This record gives sequence, structure tokens and C-alpha cells, in this order.
Amino acid sequence: MSVAEIFESMTYGPAPEANDAATAWLDDHQRKFNLFIKNHWAAPKSKKYMDSKNPATGETLAQIAIAGQPDIEDAVSAAREAFGPWSSLSGHQRARHLYALARTVQKHQRLLAVIESMDNGKPIRESRDIDVPLVARHFYYHAGWAQLMDSELRDYQPVGVVGQIIPWNFPLLMLAWKIAPALAMGNTVVIKPAPYTNLSALLFAELVVEAGLPPGVVNILTGDDKTGAGIVEHAGFDKIAFTGSTEVGRIIRRATAGTGKRLSLELGGKSPFLVFDDADQDAAIEGIIDAIWFNQGQVCCAGSRLLVQENIADSFLNKLRSRMGKLRVGDPLDKGIDLGAIVDVIQCQTIENWVKKGLAEGAEIYQPEISMPQNGCFFPPTLLTNVAPAATVAQEEIFGPVLVAMTFRTPSEAVELANNTRFGLAASIWSENINLALDIAHKVKAGSIWVNSTNLFDAASGFGGYRESGFGREGGREGLYEYVRPKWQNRPQPKIAVEKPDPKWGKLVPGRPAPLNGHNGAFAKIDRTPKLYIGGKQVRSDGNYTRTIWGANEASVGQVSDGNRKDIRDAVEAAHKAKGWSFKNGHSRAQILYYIAENLAIRAEEFARRLVTMTGQTQESAEQEVELTISRLFTYAAWSDKYGGVVQETTLRGVTIALYEPVGVIGIACPDEYPLLAFVSLLAPAIARGNTVVIIPSEKYPLSATDFYQILETSDLPGGVVNIVTGGRDHLAKTLVEHDDVDAMWYFGGAEGSFYIEYLSASNMKRTWVSYGEALDWLDSHQGEGDDFLRESTQVKNIWVPTGE
Amino acid sequence: MTTLERNPGMPLDLGWVYASRVNLSAVERRTSTLTKRRSVKKDWQAAWLLKAITMIDLTTLSGDDTPGNVLRLCKKARQPVRTDLLEALGMRDKNLTVGAVCVYHRRVKDAVEALQGTSIPVAAVSTGFPAGQSPYQQRLEEIHESVAAGAKEIDIVISREHVLRGDWEALYRETKEMREACGDAHIKTILATGELGTLKNVRMASLVCMMAGADFIKTSTGKEPVNATLEVGLVMVRAVRDYYERTGYKVGFKPAGGIRTAKDAMNWEILIKEELGDEWLTPALFRFGASGLLGDIERQLSHHVTGRYAARHHMPMA
Repeated sequence: MSVAEIFESMTYGPAPEANDAATAWLDDHQRKFNLFIKNHWAAPKSKKYMDSKNPATGETLAQIAIAGQPDIEDAVSAAREAFGPWSSLSGHQRARHLYALARTVQKHQRLLAVIESMDNGKPIRESRDIDVPLVARHFYYHAGWAQLMDSELRDYQPVGVVGQIIPWNFPLLMLAWKIAPALAMGNTVVIKPAPYTNLSALLFAELVVEAGLPPGVVNILTGDDKTGAGIVEHAGFDKIAFTGSTEVGRIIRRATAGTGKRLSLELGGKSPFLVFDDADQDAAIEGIIDAIWFNQGQVCCAGSRLLVQENIADSFLNKLRSRMGKLRVGDPLDKGIDLGAIVDVIQCQTIENWVKKGLAEGAEIYQPEISMPQNGCFFPPTLLTNVAPAATVAQEEIFGPVLVAMTFRTPSEAVELANNTRFGLAASIWSENINLALDIAHKVKAGSIWVNSTNLFDAASGFGGYRESGFGREGGREGLYEYVRPKWQNRPQPKIAVEKPDPKWGKLVPGRPAPLNGHNGAFAKIDRTPKLYIGGKQVRSDGNYTRTIWGANEASVGQVSDGNRKDIRDAVEAAHKAKGWSFKNGHSRAQILYYIAENLAIRAEEFARRLVTMTGQTQESAEQEVELTISRLFTYAAWSDKYGGVVQETTLRGVTIALYEPVGVIGIACPDEYPLLAFVSLLAPAIARGNTVVIIPSEKYPLSATDFYQILETSDLPGGVVNIVTGGRDHLAKTLVEHDDVDAMWYFGGAEGSFYIEYLSASNMKRTWVSYGEALDWLDSHQGEGDDFLRESTQVKNIWVPTGE
Repeated sequence: MTTLERNPGMPLDLGWVYASRVNLSAVERRTSTLTKRRSVKKDWQAAWLLKAITMIDLTTLSGDDTPGNVLRLCKKARQPVRTDLLEALGMRDKNLTVGAVCVYHRRVKDAVEALQGTSIPVAAVSTGFPAGQSPYQQRLEEIHESVAAGAKEIDIVISREHVLRGDWEALYRETKEMREACGDAHIKTILATGELGTLKNVRMASLVCMMAGADFIKTSTGKEPVNATLEVGLVMVRAVRDYYERTGYKVGFKPAGGIRTAKDAMNWEILIKEELGDEWLTPALFRFGASGLLGDIERQLSHHVTGRYAARHHMPMA
């Protein structure tokens, strides 16, 4: 086209970013890459390689090594060897290393960006202006935490050697999210990039050496899914961190169950994008562009479910359709495009299939008439309307540039629709009414909430999900705890023999009358058999079975109801009905906890006596246990109004608020030791932070817990906040952990039980907290009322509120 | 130039005005990413810059303006780019001129004479420019005088007072009467956005002026502390788009003040293309109010043609 012609048409022309440095870098490596272990390139022992392709052109960019088991061994031992020296560096020394990494990333920004776009297909604008700057920011931010660890996290130690598996959608950014906090906290890592996208990680390997990191601190193993599985299953890791699909997350949850490995999972989403009638609609339209057509929609927190108020829906969707006509799809290295290539043909096909399914289920499709590249993996921006929650495309993650749109009538319906999903990663809320926007932000269940904005990220704000979007946070102070453990705690070494889960685990034959040696009949006591405590009422167990409780001297000390599945069902139901508890202010919750303590103090003697008869412990130790229990209630009464969250110092103009929200309904299985103290130590933090609970007292010594419900009844605790179900612990725990409407499960019991709890939790990816058969010292304030009790009782929601008029 | 039906205006619709919602952070995000989402290079850049020239209101608004420097400005308006450059760009036969010449009333006659034989209109700033604080009848009279002197376009300033006090009826009435005073001359309403306080006010004032029959809405006089920013521009062009969608009339847009570089001009063109569409990229619907911009564009064109960075003194001055 001549200048004169363009002068008339005013079209856009090509604006390619030069890739000569990137090509030269590939050539420097003869377009073949090995594994990065101990700061050296190591050929894979299997001698196997795979192709790395440019999805925009189909061109093979390089050969990438596939790490096999022997390579994993090498990498793990390199990381293990490096762990000692690395973790014993001072925080300041580690801070220098992370600072060097941040600087080195910045020095090679453009090369990193170009490589990323060539390998992944994302627009150069995004890799240049978003991904790579966020990578540098992440290392800077965590250099800061390394510096401060000695003072700010003085009660913590690194977890150890960490295995990290990252996805292909933000290859380098996810690498930074994984590596930076791990290194800052003194861990060493073995990281595996996704099979589609290895190049930026391999370039990063060179930066690791250039920045002067000690060998073995960062090891990079490229490979296929088998390599990933090999890492997950390797006993040499103390923690696995994974970002990817919920499906694979579930597999990893099961594979690591019971091993004592820490686990953090950042999984899928189907995040709502809510537009109210008082929104700046043009702003919201641009928000949608950034929500679902950022990175071709291949974003776990993509705003893929548009919920728009019915009274503006028609005109809003028309606006959206005409805006879609302005999107430009094309060469990822072109500086003037909005959407690049889909990462792989297979992925393209998957998206296509979802869209077909949506159409088959009655959706109406809109794709703008814009020019599309002839070759390569490209998918047009797509809008599906006439979709309802019942449609598959409204429920499942498509992971592509496909938006589904629905309408709502009222704010409360908006919340209901927003939360009508298995996921809970993010949400975007558009309204110029701050009252409305913040109210909705509170009510939507998701880890990141963006008010009048979308897809904002910063190292200072933890990113991670609720529900089946996973657990754990990346970024912020909250993210650090994924990579540390308390100093008193050793890496759990559960000794279990479970090879394959036995479906019969937790099976129980209900209780029968005490054998003949029960009573001596000398004196007819008034029977006092406690019932279950559900929904604030004492109720008979569904099965109507009773179990006898044996005291220290083999004599019956009482009986309790033998709860069953249905009792758990009822208890969970009651716990949900009591959710108003979470909206009570902290002061009110504190008042009730103080009242509980007060009422327990009145009956301290009786509770001590019960402990003595039940466990055979000395009067003195029983009295100490009761006293400590009262103290613990005070502790959590105190925490009721002091753990609401923080303001995060992100790069946003405005405020980013980290709310420490209740997890929801928590199932708790108590240990046999300290039947009163442990019961309250677990119960109190959970309710102090606004959760409702279903608690299974010590199987062996449940009577302190059943005595306790009389205390609860007299302390103004609303019914259903605490539900106590006695009986066979594992039997009840199994039902609880399998219950899809229970949000977290705490299990303080054996190694085998811990395995099952973690394994079975995969059904809805609920958070678990288990003891792996390693008993706590409940008397110790670090172990019995440490920060982890509060952290396990909360989940962090980051609300981003830009300001300015 | 395509002929357009003039915006006749409409009754003041306060419901529409009050429904205005503008989110500052979202506006900033759009403008800061927009110019990075699009890149115009090589021949496209040259063509876009040439187009920009045709949309310049080449302006001088100084106390020391005389017939002499206005004459010079008009000569440059007729021949904005060195002929050798136009030749090299294949644009010699296009009769490229700027969009208009913009002066104070005192210089209208000089400019009209200097532009005899061309189709370049003379625009006069009016109505107590830049503050708009002179007596109302006098302001209307000023319009009549400039039109009589041959101005084809009148750039009026609105009473910021009406916006800041929320007196939309007064703003509507005043603008409507000024439009009537313009007769066949086109009216550009200068909002002086730097003095309106909020983007929401900018949007509301834009809508009211269009309802009152503005042919163009214009950001600034160039004399306010903050002049044409992309943020303000975005809000105004979105108002223009809404007005077009509701009434079917296309209103023009003119950012003025602070637009000095070729890069600035391209950013504005991108904004217009993306938010309003190609049909607005014409002098009938889009103008830059600028004085120094042309020189920078000419140097960029020279660079495009020669491959060497250009010197300012190689470009004929205005």
C-alpha cells in the first residue's frame, strides 16, 4: 500500500518487534537445551528431547530435554545439598541474591519478553508491559522479605527442598511467583516448566548464573507430564507447589496425601465479571477486554462469566459487540495486536469443542468480522449469550477467548449467580456506588476482587483461590507462609503403609451395651448420657446407637451417642444455617468467647474431675488443663477483633485490602490427648474468626466435649455455630471430609487417618490441616495457640479499590 | 471532505446528563494502554502524520500577533510540508493543507485575505476568550463581528461557572444562543476542561453542548494549567459516540493545548480511530488545536524520507 493509499484508508500496518537477539540466543544453544542442575547444563540421562514450537507459526524453535527419574534424583540432591548453606545465609545475604535476580531480569527484559511471546504466543505488548515487569517486581518485593525474615518471621524456618510445577499461560511470571518467595524464605527449588513453554525458564537459568546464585539453589527440569508426576511423587521434596488445572491439582492432592509434604495449589476458575446499572459502562467494556481477551483468555482468573444487570443488558451487550469489532488478532510479535496465538493446536481444538457444546446447548454466538491470520493457532474473540447457569459453558473453565454472558436483576441475585460455581479465584465488580461495590466484594467468594478494574496483579497482594480454585497464596505476606514452617516443627515423617486407599477405611460397627463388668449396681445413678449437639439443640443420634466410654481403670465412665453419616449431614446443614455468625462483628464474637470462658471457670472443678476420671491424669494436671483451656478461650476472644486483615502496599493508586475472611464450615476431628484443651484449642480459633464448625471430640475421651455443650448453651452462642458429633472419629471424619459443602477439614489423629483425610479432600479440594500422627504439645503456647491456628481459620481475600474522581 | 449534516441540537435531556458515570482509574488505564496496544510504523506512520496535518487548526493566539506573523502562518497553512518531501512521499498532487487557521478576532481579516483562493477556513476564538468572563451581550456581539469579518468557524468558551454550579439549563441556553449567533459558521465549544474539576463534569458539559447544537466540542483554550490530555479526550469522544448513537448526528472533536509532537498526534489519531472509528479521522470531525505540532511532524516526515534525523532549521517556519 502506498502512503497516499494509507492516507485515504487510515489503516493499521504491520509493526513487528525485532527478534534478532532472541533468534541469536536460540542459535547460541544450537537450538537444543539441556537440564539446568547445579548451575550447569546437564544432558538428560534418557537422551530424550521434545520439540518446542512457536504457536503463531508452527515453526520448531528448539529441542527441549525431557527429564527422567535419574535426572530428578540429580536435581533433588543438588537442591538438598544447596539447602544447608542457602538456608543458613542471613536474610540480608539472601536479599542481595534476590535483588541481583531482580536487576538481572530487568537488564534482559526485552529478550525475555520476545522469547516469551515467541514461545507462548502472547502479544509482545503483554509480555513486555505486564509479564516481565511483574517478574522483576516479584523478585524485588521478595528481596525485601528475605531481608526482613530474621525479624519479621523469626519464629519460622524454611520448609526445605521444594518441587514446583508451573503452567504454560504465564511461563516466566509463574516461575517468578514460585521461585521468589521460596528462595527468600531459605528454600531451594526444583522447578518444572510446562511442556509447551520452556524457553523463558531456560533463559532465566542463564540469569541465575549471571546474578551469581549459588549452584543448586535453583534447578530447572524440563520435561513432560511424566516428569511432573516424578517430581510430585519424589520423597525428597518437602513441599510441592503447583499452578495449573483443577483436574491435575486433584491428582497431585491425592499423590501427596499423607506424605507430610506441604502443598499449595493454584487452580482453575470461572470468575464472574459483574456490571451494575450504575457502572461507567465504557469502562466496564474495556474491563471485559482486559478480563477475557488478555492472554487470549488463557488466564486462570479470566473474567469469563459476564453478569450484567438486566435493565442495561441489551445496550451493554451491543456496546460490547461493537467494541469486539475493534480487536486485532495476529502475530504475537506485532506491537499493534490485542490477541496473539493460542498456545497449541490441541488447546485450540479444546476451545472449539467447548464453543460447539455451548451452541448445542442453545447459546448464541457472536464473533466479530475481523481479519484472522491464515496459519497458526488462533481463535477469534467470542461472546456466548443466551446462556444460563445450567449450561456447561457457564460452569466449566474454557481457558480461551470465550466469554459467556448472563443477566441478574438485583444485587443479591448477582451475588448468588457469582457464587454459583465450584471455583473461587477472582471477581470483578463494576459500579460507581462504593456502598454497593464493597458490599458485593465482601459477599463474593473469591481470592482476588477487583472493583472497577480487572486482572490486576502485584507482588504485594497474595493471589490464590477459594474452593476448587485451590489453596495457598502467592505474593504478599500471606504467600510467605507457604514456604516456612514454625521453628518448633520438624518436617512430618509419617510412617504409613497405605499403598492404595482402602474404601473400607472409617467403617464402623456401632456401639453396644457395656460388657458385664460395667457397673457394680450398688447405687442407681440418674443416667446422664449426652446426646449430639446440633443446631444448638441436644439431639438423639440418627442411628440410635450408644457407645460406652472407658475410664483409666477400665471402668465405664459414661456413654455417648454413636453418631453416623446422617448426623454429620445434619450437623453440616446446621453449620450452614448458622453462617450469620461470620457477619457478627469481632467484638460480639469476643464477648461470647469471654462468656464461654466465664462459664467454664465457674465449673472448673467439675471439668477437672471429669478429666481425672476419664483419663486417669492427676488432679493437678487436670486443673492445669482446665485453667489453660480458659486462657485459650481468652486468647481467641482477644483475636476475635484483631485479625481482620491488612492494607497491602501494591502499585495501585487506591487501596488494596487483604481481608482475612472465615473459611466457612470447618470440620474438626480432635485428638485423644488433652480431651478438653485440644478440643477448645481447635474450636476457639475457628469460631473466633467467624467460621462455623462440626467437631468430632476425642473418640476415646469425648465426655469433656459433651459436658462443654452445656457451657455453650449458657453462653449465648447462636445454635449451629458449634456442632458436636460423638462417635468413631474416622468414621465421622470420612463423611465430613467427603462432604462437598464443608470448606476445610482439620484432623488431629494418626498418620493413616491423615493420609485418608488428605486423599479424600480432593473431592472438592477443601483445605486440610492434619497432624500426620505427630502429637502436638497442647500445653505449649507455640504449638497449641500459634499463628497457624488463625491462618487455618481464615482465607485471604484481596480487594482492589482504585480511587480518584 | 465529506459534507455532513450539521448537528441541529436537541432539547436538553437532563436525565441523560445526570446518568453520566466516569471512572477515573478506568479512563487512565484505557488511555495508558491504548497507545501501547497500537503501533503505527514506516509508511503507515508517514501517512498518518500527513493526515494529522490536514486536521491541524494552525493557531496563533498571542498578544503580539500582527498582520505580519499571521501572514506567515497562513503561508505555512497553505503549504505545510516541503515540496521535496511531498514528492518523495507521492503526495505532491494532493494539495495538502492544514484544517484551518485559528486566530483572535483582530486578525481574522488578515487571515481571510492571506488564505484567499484556498478552501482553508479561518477560525476565530471568541466570547471573551479565554476566560469567558466578559458581558454576555458583548460575547454574542463578538461572534457576529468575527462572522462578518469572514470567520467560518467560531471557537467559543463556555461559562465554567455554569458547569461548576451545575446550572445545565444556563449552559444549554447560552450555548444555543451562541450557536444561533454563529449562523452558518461552525461552532466549536471550548469546555476548558482543566477548570472543570472532574471528568464527570467534562462528560456532562460535553453532552449539554452537543444538545445545544455544537458542531465541535473542544477541550481547552490552551491557556488553562492543564490542557488536552488523552483522559479528557477519551471522556469527550465517548460522549460524542453516545450522542451519535442516540441522535444520528456526528459531532466533531478538537483537542487543543499541549499537543506538540508527532507522537502526540499519532496517539490522538489512535484514540479517535479506536473509540469513534475511521469516519471521524477527517478535518470535518477532528482537529488538533496546535501551533508547534506541524514543525515536529514535518521533521518526522523528513526522517521517514531521508532516513536521517532532521534539523529544525531545515523546515520552513510558520
